[in-house]
Amino acid sequence: MDQRSKKLLSLLENDCTLNHAQLAALLNTTTEDVTAMIGSLEKQGVILGYKAVVNWEKTDLETVEALIEVKITPQRDKGFDRISERICQYEEVESCYLMSGGYDLTVIITGKTLREVALFVAQKLSTIEGVTSTATHFILKKYKQQNVFFAPKEEQKERLIFV
Amino acid sequence: MIDYNSVISKRVQSIQPSGIRKFFDILENMTDAISLGVGEPDFPTPWHIRDAGIYSLEKGFTKYTSNAGMADLRREICNYLDRRFDLHYDPDTQVLVTVGGSEGIDCAIRCITDPGDEVLIPEPSFVCYGPMVSLASGVPVAIPLVADNEFRVSPEQLLSVVTDKTKAIVLPYPSNPTGGIMQREDLEAIAPILKERGIIVISDEIYAELTYEGKHVSMANLPGMYEQTLVVNGMSKSYSMTGWRLGYVCGPAPLIRQMTKIHQYAIMSAPTTSQHAAVEALRNGDEDIERMKEEYDGRRRFLVNGLRELGLDCFEPRGAFYVFPCIRSTGLSSEEFCERLLVEQKVACIAGNAFGQSGEGFVRMCYAASMHDLQEALRRIGLFLDSLK
Repeated sequence: MDQRSKKLLSLLENDCTLNHAQLAALLNTTTEDVTAMIGSLEKQGVILGYKAVVNWEKTDLETVEALIEVKITPQRDKGFDRISERICQYEEVESCYLMSGGYDLTVIITGKTLREVALFVAQKLSTIEGVTSTATHFILKKYKQQNVFFAPKEEQKERLIFV
Repeated sequence: MIDYNSVISKRVQSIQPSGIRKFFDILENMTDAISLGVGEPDFPTPWHIRDAGIYSLEKGFTKYTSNAGMADLRREICNYLDRRFDLHYDPDTQVLVTVGGSEGIDCAIRCITDPGDEVLIPEPSFVCYGPMVSLASGVPVAIPLVADNEFRVSPEQLLSVVTDKTKAIVLPYPSNPTGGIMQREDLEAIAPILKERGIIVISDEIYAELTYEGKHVSMANLPGMYEQTLVVNGMSKSYSMTGWRLGYVCGPAPLIRQMTKIHQYAIMSAPTTSQHAAVEALRNGDEDIERMKEEYDGRRRFLVNGLRELGLDCFEPRGAFYVFPCIRSTGLSSEEFCERLLVEQKVACIAGNAFGQSGEGFVRMCYAASMHDLQEALRRIGLFLDSLK
Protein backbone atom coordinates (compact mmCIF):
# COMPACT_ATOMS: atom_id res chain seq x y z
CA MET A 1 0.00 0.00 0.00
CA ASP A 2 1.28 3.44 -0.89
CA GLN A 3 2.37 6.03 1.66
CA ARG A 4 -0.52 8.37 0.93
CA SER A 5 -3.16 5.71 1.61
CA LYS A 6 -1.49 4.93 4.93
CA LYS A 7 -1.46 8.61 5.80
CA LEU A 8 -5.13 8.88 4.84
CA LEU A 9 -5.97 5.90 7.04
CA SER A 10 -4.20 7.36 10.03
CA LEU A 11 -5.96 10.72 9.54
CA LEU A 12 -9.36 9.00 9.37
CA GLU A 13 -8.57 6.75 12.31
CA ASN A 14 -7.84 9.87 14.30
CA ASP A 15 -10.89 11.85 13.10
CA CYS A 16 -13.34 10.38 10.62
CA THR A 17 -15.43 13.55 10.55
CA LEU A 18 -12.86 15.40 8.43
CA ASN A 19 -14.51 16.10 5.10
CA HIS A 20 -12.89 15.28 1.79
CA ALA A 21 -11.74 18.86 1.18
CA GLN A 22 -9.98 18.92 4.54
CA LEU A 23 -8.38 15.55 3.92
CA ALA A 24 -7.28 16.74 0.49
CA ALA A 25 -5.50 19.74 2.04
CA LEU A 26 -3.83 17.55 4.64
CA LEU A 27 -2.65 15.13 1.96
CA ASN A 28 -1.79 17.84 -0.56
CA THR A 29 -4.07 16.42 -3.22
CA THR A 30 -7.50 17.01 -4.75
CA THR A 31 -10.91 16.32 -3.23
CA GLU A 32 -11.71 13.94 -6.11
CA ASP A 33 -8.55 11.97 -5.39
CA VAL A 34 -9.49 11.61 -1.71
CA THR A 35 -12.99 10.45 -2.63
CA ALA A 36 -11.53 7.82 -4.95
CA MET A 37 -8.97 6.65 -2.38
CA ILE A 38 -11.58 6.28 0.35
CA GLY A 39 -13.92 4.43 -1.98
CA SER A 40 -11.19 2.00 -2.88
CA LEU A 41 -10.13 1.45 0.75
CA GLU A 42 -13.71 0.76 1.73
CA LYS A 43 -14.15 -1.66 -1.15
CA GLN A 44 -10.98 -3.52 -0.20
CA GLY A 45 -12.26 -3.89 3.35
CA VAL A 46 -9.40 -1.81 4.76
CA ILE A 47 -11.81 0.76 6.14
CA LEU A 48 -14.49 -1.23 7.96
CA GLY A 49 -16.61 1.46 9.55
CA TYR A 50 -16.85 4.91 11.12
CA LYS A 51 -17.91 5.28 14.76
CA ALA A 52 -18.18 7.87 17.51
CA VAL A 53 -16.44 7.48 20.86
CA VAL A 54 -19.26 7.86 23.41
CA ASN A 55 -19.01 8.58 27.11
CA TRP A 56 -22.21 6.82 28.21
CA GLU A 57 -21.68 7.99 31.77
CA LYS A 58 -22.80 11.41 30.66
CA THR A 59 -26.16 10.03 29.56
CA ASP A 60 -28.95 8.50 31.64
CA LEU A 61 -28.47 5.17 29.93
CA GLU A 62 -27.07 2.54 32.30
CA THR A 63 -24.45 0.32 30.73
CA VAL A 64 -21.93 -2.11 32.10
CA GLU A 65 -18.87 -3.22 30.29
CA ALA A 66 -16.70 -6.19 31.10
CA LEU A 67 -13.46 -7.61 29.81
CA ILE A 68 -13.47 -11.40 29.85
CA GLU A 69 -10.40 -13.58 29.66
CA VAL A 70 -11.44 -16.74 27.83
CA LYS A 71 -9.49 -19.96 27.48
CA ILE A 72 -10.49 -22.24 24.65
CA THR A 73 -9.42 -25.54 23.14
CA PRO A 74 -8.30 -24.97 19.57
CA GLN A 75 -10.02 -27.18 17.01
CA ARG A 76 -8.40 -29.35 14.41
CA ASP A 77 -7.94 -27.48 11.09
CA LYS A 78 -9.81 -24.39 12.30
CA GLY A 79 -7.57 -23.51 15.26
CA PHE A 80 -9.07 -20.72 17.34
CA ASP A 81 -11.09 -19.18 14.53
CA ARG A 82 -14.23 -21.28 14.61
CA ILE A 83 -14.96 -20.75 18.31
CA SER A 84 -14.00 -17.08 18.13
CA GLU A 85 -16.35 -16.52 15.22
CA ARG A 86 -19.15 -18.18 17.13
CA ILE A 87 -18.49 -15.96 20.13
CA CYS A 88 -18.58 -12.88 17.91
CA GLN A 89 -22.09 -13.74 16.74
CA TYR A 90 -23.60 -12.53 20.03
CA GLU A 91 -24.49 -8.88 19.81
CA GLU A 92 -23.48 -8.41 23.44
CA VAL A 93 -19.90 -9.00 22.28
CA GLU A 94 -18.41 -5.67 21.39
CA SER A 95 -14.87 -6.81 20.69
CA CYS A 96 -13.02 -10.11 20.53
CA TYR A 97 -9.25 -10.50 20.19
CA LEU A 98 -6.96 -13.53 20.06
CA MET A 99 -4.20 -13.05 22.63
CA SER A 100 -0.73 -14.31 23.37
CA GLY A 101 0.07 -15.09 26.99
CA GLY A 102 -1.92 -16.65 29.80
CA TYR A 103 -5.29 -16.96 28.05
CA ASP A 104 -6.60 -17.11 24.52
CA LEU A 105 -9.33 -14.55 23.88
CA THR A 106 -10.17 -11.15 25.23
CA VAL A 107 -13.90 -10.67 24.87
CA ILE A 108 -15.44 -7.30 25.66
CA ILE A 109 -19.11 -7.41 26.57
CA THR A 110 -21.62 -4.64 27.10
CA GLY A 111 -24.89 -5.07 28.94
CA LYS A 112 -27.43 -3.09 30.95
CA THR A 113 -26.57 -4.46 34.39
CA LEU A 114 -23.88 -6.46 36.16
CA ARG A 115 -26.38 -9.30 36.39
CA GLU A 116 -27.08 -9.27 32.68
CA VAL A 117 -23.37 -9.48 31.86
CA ALA A 118 -22.76 -12.18 34.48
CA LEU A 119 -25.65 -14.23 33.13
CA PHE A 120 -24.36 -13.89 29.60
CA VAL A 121 -20.97 -15.25 30.65
CA ALA A 122 -22.46 -18.06 32.74
CA GLN A 123 -25.18 -19.15 30.38
CA LYS A 124 -23.93 -18.34 26.91
CA LEU A 125 -20.18 -17.90 26.79
CA SER A 126 -19.08 -20.61 29.21
CA THR A 127 -21.35 -23.17 27.68
CA ILE A 128 -19.92 -22.91 24.19
CA GLU A 129 -18.18 -26.11 23.33
CA GLY A 130 -14.42 -25.66 23.47
CA VAL A 131 -14.53 -22.83 26.05
CA THR A 132 -12.65 -24.20 29.03
CA SER A 133 -12.63 -21.23 31.42
CA THR A 134 -13.57 -17.57 31.78
CA ALA A 135 -12.52 -14.74 34.12
CA THR A 136 -14.72 -11.65 34.14
CA HIS A 137 -13.33 -8.18 34.89
CA PHE A 138 -15.82 -5.33 35.07
CA ILE A 139 -14.68 -1.98 33.71
CA LEU A 140 -15.17 0.61 36.45
CA LYS A 141 -14.08 3.79 34.76
CA LYS A 142 -12.73 4.79 31.39
CA TYR A 143 -9.88 7.26 31.15
CA LYS A 144 -8.95 6.95 27.53
CA GLN A 145 -10.24 4.96 24.57
CA GLN A 146 -9.00 5.00 20.98
CA ASN A 147 -6.78 7.93 21.86
CA VAL A 148 -9.66 9.98 23.20
CA PHE A 149 -9.55 11.22 26.79
CA PHE A 150 -12.73 10.90 28.83
CA ALA A 151 -12.04 13.71 31.27
CA PRO A 152 -12.87 17.09 29.75
CA LYS A 153 -9.81 18.93 28.53
CA GLU A 154 -8.93 21.76 30.85
CA GLU A 155 -7.99 24.88 28.99
CA GLN A 156 -5.47 27.25 30.46
CA LYS A 157 -7.62 30.20 31.41
CA GLU A 158 -5.29 33.15 31.38
CA ARG A 159 -3.60 33.31 28.06
CA LEU A 160 -1.88 36.09 26.26
CA ILE A 161 -4.39 37.35 23.73
CA PHE A 162 -2.01 38.67 21.14
CA VAL A 163 1.35 37.34 20.05
CA MET B 1 -0.66 63.59 45.26
CA ILE B 2 2.19 62.31 43.15
CA ASP B 3 2.13 63.20 39.48
CA TYR B 4 3.06 59.91 37.93
CA ASN B 5 3.51 61.41 34.51
CA SER B 6 6.41 63.40 35.86
CA VAL B 7 7.92 60.27 37.36
CA ILE B 8 7.65 57.92 34.39
CA SER B 9 10.49 58.28 31.94
CA LYS B 10 9.72 60.12 28.73
CA ARG B 11 11.11 57.23 26.79
CA VAL B 12 8.71 54.73 28.31
CA GLN B 13 5.80 57.13 27.93
CA SER B 14 6.58 57.50 24.25
CA ILE B 15 5.96 53.79 23.69
CA GLN B 16 2.45 53.08 22.48
CA PRO B 17 0.53 50.20 24.00
CA SER B 18 -0.90 47.70 21.53
CA GLY B 19 -3.91 49.23 19.77
CA ILE B 20 -5.99 46.09 19.57
CA ARG B 21 -6.96 45.90 23.23
CA LYS B 22 -10.48 47.18 22.56
CA PHE B 23 -10.94 44.49 19.98
CA PHE B 24 -10.12 41.75 22.45
CA ASP B 25 -12.53 43.13 25.01
CA ILE B 26 -15.27 42.41 22.48
CA LEU B 27 -13.90 38.91 21.96
CA GLU B 28 -13.69 38.13 25.65
CA ASN B 29 -17.42 38.62 26.15
CA MET B 30 -18.37 36.55 23.17
CA THR B 31 -19.37 32.90 23.22
CA ASP B 32 -18.74 30.57 20.27
CA ALA B 33 -16.26 32.93 18.65
CA ILE B 34 -13.47 31.31 16.64
CA SER B 35 -10.12 32.90 17.25
CA LEU B 36 -7.53 32.88 14.53
CA GLY B 37 -5.93 35.73 16.43
CA VAL B 38 -3.50 34.23 18.87
CA GLY B 39 -0.15 33.37 17.35
CA GLU B 40 0.66 30.36 19.45
CA PRO B 41 0.83 26.61 18.78
CA ASP B 42 -2.38 24.80 19.73
CA PHE B 43 -0.62 21.54 20.61
CA PRO B 44 0.26 20.81 24.21
CA THR B 45 3.99 20.41 24.86
CA PRO B 46 4.82 16.76 24.00
CA TRP B 47 4.51 14.62 27.11
CA HIS B 48 8.09 13.38 27.27
CA ILE B 49 9.24 17.00 27.45
CA ARG B 50 6.73 17.92 30.15
CA ASP B 51 7.74 14.77 32.01
CA ALA B 52 11.40 15.80 31.95
CA GLY B 53 10.43 19.12 33.53
CA ILE B 54 8.38 17.35 36.21
CA TYR B 55 11.20 14.90 36.89
CA SER B 56 13.66 17.75 37.42
CA LEU B 57 11.26 19.17 40.03
CA GLU B 58 11.01 15.77 41.73
CA LYS B 59 14.77 15.64 41.94
CA GLY B 60 14.75 19.07 43.53
CA PHE B 61 16.60 20.89 40.74
CA THR B 62 15.12 24.24 41.69
CA LYS B 63 18.19 26.46 42.09
CA TYR B 64 19.59 29.09 39.73
CA THR B 65 21.77 27.76 36.95
CA SER B 66 24.88 29.46 35.60
CA ASN B 67 24.06 32.79 33.95
CA ALA B 68 24.53 31.54 30.42
CA GLY B 69 22.39 28.45 31.07
CA MET B 70 23.15 24.83 31.96
CA ALA B 71 26.20 23.42 30.21
CA ASP B 72 24.20 20.37 29.12
CA LEU B 73 21.59 22.56 27.53
CA ARG B 74 24.14 24.74 25.74
CA ARG B 75 25.72 21.59 24.31
CA GLU B 76 22.33 20.31 23.14
CA ILE B 77 21.54 23.66 21.54
CA CYS B 78 24.81 23.49 19.60
CA ASN B 79 24.17 19.88 18.56
CA TYR B 80 20.68 20.81 17.45
CA LEU B 81 21.75 23.84 15.40
CA ASP B 82 24.50 21.79 13.81
CA ARG B 83 22.20 18.86 13.05
CA ARG B 84 19.24 20.79 11.69
CA PHE B 85 20.63 24.01 10.25
CA ASP B 86 24.32 23.38 9.69
CA LEU B 87 25.22 26.17 12.14
CA HIS B 88 28.30 25.64 14.29
CA TYR B 89 28.78 27.23 17.72
CA ASP B 90 30.95 26.62 20.75
CA PRO B 91 28.75 25.81 23.75
CA ASP B 92 31.15 27.49 26.19
CA THR B 93 31.50 30.88 24.54
CA GLN B 94 28.86 31.33 21.86
CA VAL B 95 25.53 30.49 23.49
CA LEU B 96 23.30 32.43 25.87
CA VAL B 97 20.13 30.78 27.17
CA THR B 98 17.39 33.39 27.58
CA VAL B 99 13.84 33.79 28.84
CA GLY B 100 12.21 33.10 25.49
CA GLY B 101 13.50 34.33 22.17
CA SER B 102 12.15 37.75 23.20
CA GLU B 103 14.78 38.29 25.88
CA GLY B 104 17.40 37.17 23.40
CA ILE B 105 16.29 39.85 20.95
CA ASP B 106 16.24 42.44 23.74
CA CYS B 107 19.74 41.50 24.90
CA ALA B 108 21.01 41.59 21.33
CA ILE B 109 19.56 45.02 20.66
CA ARG B 110 20.77 46.45 23.97
CA CYS B 111 24.20 44.96 23.46
CA ILE B 112 24.88 46.82 20.23
CA THR B 113 22.80 50.00 20.43
CA ASP B 114 24.26 53.38 21.40
CA PRO B 115 22.04 56.47 21.56
CA GLY B 116 20.99 57.46 18.05
CA ASP B 117 22.02 54.20 16.41
CA GLU B 118 19.58 53.07 13.79
CA VAL B 119 18.20 49.55 13.70
CA LEU B 120 16.40 48.45 10.56
CA ILE B 121 13.16 46.58 11.03
CA PRO B 122 11.28 45.02 8.11
CA GLU B 123 7.55 45.72 8.32
CA PRO B 124 5.01 44.26 8.76
CA SER B 125 6.65 42.29 11.54
CA PHE B 126 6.19 41.20 15.11
CA VAL B 127 5.55 44.17 17.37
CA CYS B 128 8.44 43.94 19.82
CA TYR B 129 11.43 45.12 17.81
CA GLY B 130 10.67 48.83 17.53
CA PRO B 131 9.91 49.43 21.24
CA MET B 132 12.98 47.40 22.23
CA VAL B 133 15.18 49.58 20.04
CA SER B 134 13.59 52.74 21.48
CA LEU B 135 14.12 51.52 25.04
CA ALA B 136 17.77 50.93 24.20
CA SER B 137 17.89 54.61 23.06
CA GLY B 138 18.26 53.59 19.45
CA VAL B 139 16.15 54.65 16.50
CA PRO B 140 13.94 52.01 14.85
CA VAL B 141 13.81 52.45 11.08
CA ALA B 142 11.11 50.57 9.21
CA ILE B 143 11.69 48.82 5.90
CA PRO B 144 8.20 48.75 4.39
CA LEU B 145 7.72 45.43 2.61
CA VAL B 146 5.27 44.59 -0.14
CA ALA B 147 3.25 41.51 -0.99
CA ASP B 148 4.45 41.67 -4.61
CA ASN B 149 7.93 40.83 -3.36
CA GLU B 150 6.53 38.20 -0.97
CA PHE B 151 7.39 40.45 1.97
CA ARG B 152 11.12 39.88 1.52
CA VAL B 153 13.80 42.54 1.95
CA SER B 154 15.27 43.46 -1.43
CA PRO B 155 18.72 45.05 -1.93
CA GLU B 156 17.06 48.18 -3.34
CA GLN B 157 14.84 48.59 -0.29
CA LEU B 158 17.77 47.99 2.00
CA LEU B 159 19.92 50.60 0.25
CA SER B 160 17.11 53.14 0.45
CA VAL B 161 17.10 53.07 4.25
CA VAL B 162 20.75 52.44 5.13
CA THR B 163 22.58 55.46 6.59
CA ASP B 164 25.91 56.08 8.38
CA LYS B 165 24.06 55.45 11.61
CA THR B 166 22.71 52.04 10.67
CA LYS B 167 23.99 49.64 13.28
CA ALA B 168 21.89 46.56 12.81
CA ILE B 169 19.04 44.92 10.96
CA VAL B 170 16.46 42.56 12.38
CA LEU B 171 15.70 39.69 10.00
CA PRO B 172 12.55 37.99 11.28
CA TYR B 173 12.13 35.06 8.90
CA PRO B 174 10.01 32.96 8.61
CA SER B 175 7.83 35.95 9.30
CA ASN B 176 5.12 36.68 11.76
CA PRO B 177 2.66 37.98 10.47
CA THR B 178 3.16 37.37 6.74
CA GLY B 179 4.40 33.78 6.59
CA GLY B 180 7.07 35.03 4.17
CA ILE B 181 10.54 33.48 4.14
CA MET B 182 13.90 34.54 2.74
CA GLN B 183 15.67 31.77 0.89
CA ARG B 184 19.39 31.49 0.34
CA GLU B 185 19.39 33.59 -2.82
CA ASP B 186 17.32 36.30 -1.15
CA LEU B 187 19.82 36.49 1.71
CA GLU B 188 22.75 36.42 -0.71
CA ALA B 189 21.30 39.41 -2.49
CA ILE B 190 21.42 41.63 0.59
CA ALA B 191 24.45 40.13 2.35
CA PRO B 192 27.13 42.18 0.51
CA ILE B 193 25.45 45.44 1.55
CA LEU B 194 25.42 44.36 5.19
CA LYS B 195 28.93 42.94 4.98
CA GLU B 196 30.43 46.05 3.46
CA ARG B 197 29.00 48.31 6.14
CA GLY B 198 29.50 45.94 9.06
CA ILE B 199 25.78 45.97 9.86
CA ILE B 200 24.97 43.41 12.56
CA VAL B 201 22.17 40.99 11.70
CA ILE B 202 19.79 40.01 14.48
CA SER B 203 18.23 36.96 12.89
CA ASP B 204 15.01 36.04 14.67
CA GLU B 205 14.61 32.42 13.61
CA ILE B 206 11.99 31.34 16.12
CA TYR B 207 9.86 29.89 13.27
CA ALA B 208 12.80 28.27 11.45
CA GLU B 209 11.43 24.75 11.87
CA LEU B 210 8.13 25.79 10.34
CA THR B 211 9.46 26.23 6.82
CA TYR B 212 7.26 24.40 4.34
CA GLU B 213 9.14 24.87 1.10
CA GLY B 214 12.81 24.08 0.98
CA LYS B 215 15.01 24.19 4.04
CA HIS B 216 15.44 27.15 6.33
CA VAL B 217 18.63 29.09 5.67
CA SER B 218 20.09 31.47 8.23
CA MET B 219 22.09 34.58 7.39
CA ALA B 220 24.79 32.97 9.54
CA ASN B 221 25.03 30.14 6.97
CA LEU B 222 26.37 32.57 4.35
CA PRO B 223 30.13 32.91 3.92
CA GLY B 224 31.41 35.98 5.73
CA MET B 225 28.13 36.66 7.52
CA TYR B 226 28.61 34.28 10.46
CA GLU B 227 30.89 36.83 12.12
CA GLN B 228 28.25 39.55 12.18
CA THR B 229 25.07 37.57 12.79
CA LEU B 230 23.29 36.85 16.05
CA VAL B 231 20.94 33.90 15.69
CA VAL B 232 17.94 34.04 18.03
CA ASN B 233 15.89 30.90 18.39
CA GLY B 234 13.96 29.08 21.09
CA MET B 235 11.68 26.29 22.15
CA SER B 236 8.31 28.04 21.85
CA LYS B 237 7.25 27.43 18.29
CA SER B 238 9.22 24.29 17.34
CA TYR B 239 8.24 22.27 20.39
CA SER B 240 5.02 24.03 21.38
CA MET B 241 6.61 25.35 24.57
CA THR B 242 5.52 29.01 24.63
CA GLY B 243 4.70 29.12 28.34
CA TRP B 244 8.05 27.63 29.37
CA ARG B 245 9.73 30.84 28.26
CA LEU B 246 12.96 29.45 26.95
CA GLY B 247 15.05 30.72 24.09
CA TYR B 248 18.66 31.29 23.17
CA VAL B 249 21.04 33.45 21.20
CA CYS B 250 24.13 32.19 19.42
CA GLY B 251 26.78 34.30 17.79
CA PRO B 252 30.32 35.66 17.92
CA ALA B 253 31.86 35.12 21.36
CA PRO B 254 32.66 38.81 22.06
CA LEU B 255 29.00 39.75 21.54
CA ILE B 256 27.65 36.81 23.54
CA ARG B 257 30.00 37.69 26.41
CA GLN B 258 28.59 41.22 26.60
CA MET B 259 25.01 40.04 26.23
CA THR B 260 25.56 37.61 29.07
CA LYS B 261 26.33 40.63 31.29
CA ILE B 262 22.97 42.20 30.49
CA HIS B 263 21.21 38.90 31.08
CA GLN B 264 23.16 38.31 34.29
CA TYR B 265 22.05 41.57 35.88
CA ALA B 266 18.50 41.67 34.55
CA ILE B 267 17.49 38.01 34.76
CA MET B 268 20.22 35.93 36.51
CA SER B 269 19.35 32.72 34.70
CA ALA B 270 16.51 31.27 32.64
CA PRO B 271 13.99 29.08 34.53
CA THR B 272 15.71 25.88 35.66
CA THR B 273 12.71 23.59 35.12
CA SER B 274 12.37 24.87 31.58
CA GLN B 275 16.06 24.29 30.91
CA HIS B 276 15.74 20.65 31.94
CA ALA B 277 12.67 20.21 29.73
CA ALA B 278 14.53 21.86 26.87
CA VAL B 279 17.40 19.38 27.13
CA GLU B 280 14.92 16.55 26.62
CA ALA B 281 13.22 18.38 23.75
CA LEU B 282 16.46 19.00 21.89
CA ARG B 283 17.72 15.46 22.47
CA ASN B 284 14.57 13.52 21.62
CA GLY B 285 12.12 15.93 20.03
CA ASP B 286 12.97 15.93 16.32
CA GLU B 287 9.97 13.70 15.58
CA ASP B 288 7.63 16.02 17.46
CA ILE B 289 8.76 18.87 15.26
CA GLU B 290 8.09 16.88 12.09
CA ARG B 291 4.69 15.75 13.29
CA MET B 292 3.50 19.23 14.19
CA LYS B 293 4.98 20.74 11.06
CA GLU B 294 3.16 18.26 8.84
CA GLU B 295 -0.08 19.07 10.62
CA TYR B 296 0.43 22.83 10.24
CA ASP B 297 1.31 22.36 6.59
CA GLY B 298 -2.03 20.65 5.90
CA ARG B 299 -3.94 23.37 7.71
CA ARG B 300 -1.96 25.99 5.82
CA ARG B 301 -3.03 24.57 2.46
CA PHE B 302 -6.61 24.25 3.65
CA LEU B 303 -6.85 27.87 4.82
CA VAL B 304 -5.00 29.35 1.84
CA ASN B 305 -7.11 27.37 -0.67
CA GLY B 306 -10.26 28.26 1.22
CA LEU B 307 -9.49 31.98 1.32
CA ARG B 308 -8.60 32.02 -2.36
CA GLU B 309 -11.83 30.23 -3.22
CA LEU B 310 -13.65 32.98 -1.34
CA GLY B 311 -11.94 35.46 -3.64
CA LEU B 312 -9.39 36.92 -1.24
CA ASP B 313 -6.00 37.61 -2.71
CA CYS B 314 -3.66 35.49 -0.66
CA PHE B 315 0.10 35.45 -1.01
CA GLU B 316 1.59 31.97 -0.52
CA PRO B 317 2.90 31.76 3.05
CA ARG B 318 5.91 29.46 3.12
CA GLY B 319 6.70 29.54 6.82
CA ALA B 320 5.44 30.15 10.39
CA PHE B 321 1.72 29.53 10.93
CA TYR B 322 0.06 32.61 9.51
CA VAL B 323 -1.84 33.51 6.39
CA PHE B 324 -1.83 37.18 5.44
CA PRO B 325 -4.61 37.74 2.91
CA CYS B 326 -5.13 41.09 1.25
CA ILE B 327 -8.58 42.49 2.01
CA ARG B 328 -8.41 45.66 -0.10
CA SER B 329 -10.99 44.23 -2.52
CA THR B 330 -13.60 44.57 0.23
CA GLY B 331 -13.13 48.34 0.38
CA LEU B 332 -12.66 48.10 4.14
CA SER B 333 -9.62 49.06 6.18
CA SER B 334 -7.85 46.25 8.03
CA GLU B 335 -9.33 47.34 11.33
CA GLU B 336 -12.84 47.72 9.95
CA PHE B 337 -12.59 44.30 8.38
CA CYS B 338 -11.46 42.66 11.63
CA GLU B 339 -13.93 44.44 13.84
CA ARG B 340 -16.89 43.75 11.58
CA LEU B 341 -15.86 40.14 11.00
CA LEU B 342 -15.71 39.66 14.75
CA VAL B 343 -18.98 41.41 15.57
CA GLU B 344 -20.97 40.07 12.62
CA GLN B 345 -19.57 36.54 12.22
CA LYS B 346 -17.59 35.95 15.42
CA VAL B 347 -14.25 35.22 13.81
CA ALA B 348 -11.22 36.92 15.34
CA CYS B 349 -8.15 37.80 13.34
CA ILE B 350 -5.62 40.62 13.58
CA ALA B 351 -5.55 43.77 11.48
CA GLY B 352 -2.36 43.90 9.42
CA ASN B 353 -1.52 47.44 10.50
CA ALA B 354 -0.99 46.16 14.06
CA PHE B 355 2.35 44.99 12.64
CA GLY B 356 3.32 48.31 11.12
CA GLN B 357 1.71 50.69 8.67
CA SER B 358 2.75 48.61 5.66
CA GLY B 359 0.44 45.86 6.94
CA GLU B 360 -2.60 48.02 6.15
CA GLY B 361 -4.86 46.29 3.65
CA PHE B 362 -4.05 42.86 5.07
CA VAL B 363 -5.21 40.74 8.00
CA ARG B 364 -3.32 38.05 9.87
CA MET B 365 -5.00 34.70 10.40
CA CYS B 366 -3.26 32.07 12.47
CA TYR B 367 -3.85 28.48 11.37
CA ALA B 368 -2.62 26.91 14.61
CA ALA B 369 -6.28 25.90 15.09
CA SER B 370 -8.20 22.68 14.55
CA MET B 371 -9.37 21.72 11.06
CA HIS B 372 -12.96 22.02 12.24
CA ASP B 373 -12.40 25.54 13.51
CA LEU B 374 -10.71 26.47 10.25
CA GLN B 375 -13.61 25.01 8.25
CA GLU B 376 -16.17 26.92 10.32
CA ALA B 377 -14.09 30.10 10.18
CA LEU B 378 -13.96 29.86 6.38
CA ARG B 379 -17.72 29.37 6.24
CA ARG B 380 -18.27 32.47 8.38
CA ILE B 381 -15.73 34.54 6.45
CA GLY B 382 -17.61 33.52 3.29
CA LEU B 383 -20.89 34.75 4.78
CA PHE B 384 -19.19 37.98 5.82
CA LEU B 385 -17.74 38.59 2.36
CA ASP B 386 -21.14 37.87 0.76
CA SER B 387 -22.77 40.41 3.05
CA LEU B 388 -20.38 43.08 1.75
CA LYS B 389 -21.35 42.56 -1.89
